[in-house]
Amino acid sequence: MATEDVRTAALAPALEQEEDADPLVLGGQTFRSRLLLGTGGVPSLDALEAAVRASGTQLVTVALRRVEASATGSMMQVLDRAGVRLLPNTAGCRTAREAVRTARLAREAFGTSWVKLEVIGDDRTLLPDAVELLDAAEQLVAEGFTVLAYTTDDPVLGRRLGDAGCAAVMPLGSPIGSGLGIRNPHNIALLRDAVSVPVVLDAGIGTASDAALAMELGCDAVLLASAVTRARHPERMALAMRQAVEAGRLASRAGRIPRRWHAEASTPFEGLPEL
Amino acid sequence: MKVTVNGTPTEVAADATVAALVAERLDGHDRVAVARNGDVVPRSAWTRTPLAPGDVVEVLAATAGG
Repeated sequence: MATEDVRTAALAPALEQEEDADPLVLGGQTFRSRLLLGTGGVPSLDALEAAVRASGTQLVTVALRRVEASATGSMMQVLDRAGVRLLPNTAGCRTAREAVRTARLAREAFGTSWVKLEVIGDDRTLLPDAVELLDAAEQLVAEGFTVLAYTTDDPVLGRRLGDAGCAAVMPLGSPIGSGLGIRNPHNIALLRDAVSVPVVLDAGIGTASDAALAMELGCDAVLLASAVTRARHPERMALAMRQAVEAGRLASRAGRIPRRWHAEASTPFEGLPEL
Repeated sequence: MKVTVNGTPTEVAADATVAALVAERLDGHDRVAVARNGDVVPRSAWTRTPLAPGDVVEVLAATAGG
């Protein structure tokens, strides 16, 4: 036991240093946290504040709506207190024209040229409209926006978005708010290989293991909202997601063992006594 | 004159500007954006942007969203 304790203690500082050297670089900015949090579906401002803090996130999405809609002034105060960077989205937009106009308005309201670009093509599935999405991405990049594009898990479209100058490509694991996890891990891994900018798994995360899987597949970060905001205990789930993202990232960098059809003994057969 | 503000037909003074309209609706929000007939009106231009009859104005602020 004593030997084990000493070895653990010796290993911990080395790993901490290694983690320090592994920041997420997104749009020229450096982030310690690889978890992006959406505010949609949050039950209360207290719950939001607790979840933001527990998650360790440094980048939080917000939406833009007509001013009489709600008491949003205090939400901004919560986010200001937490010291997070804002990532306005274009949720609800169906055309490139609407998305570009929304991004311009968000830049005016929040003083940031960062945008989570969403262009939705279908009401039931909320799946992205690939044609409008690429069009909007090209226009916004040309206007100097830092575009994080919410997209399908199509590796070719992902590559096109990266080539268009997006700062990040954000494939869905499954439809928004579905909690179905990553339905096509193979596509996510292919997309990761096809794209040279950061890849952020966005949408579909249901629980911590989904977030860990995203990171194990090579994603650079995870963006989630409902999985935390609609959990029975948002703060607890936020902490679970933080740890899952960290664990998945470490596992990805550590290099998993290959899968085998049959067993591979870990205990040597040499020296086995004949009994 | 009649304009449409956030989807609602609204009567405003004949010399109303974007700034006057926003002041009425600010409601404690400091981070607000205004679109007039689809185009952004920068904050710096609010006081010198008059409204015209039939204008469609959107006054927007942050809300929770993924």
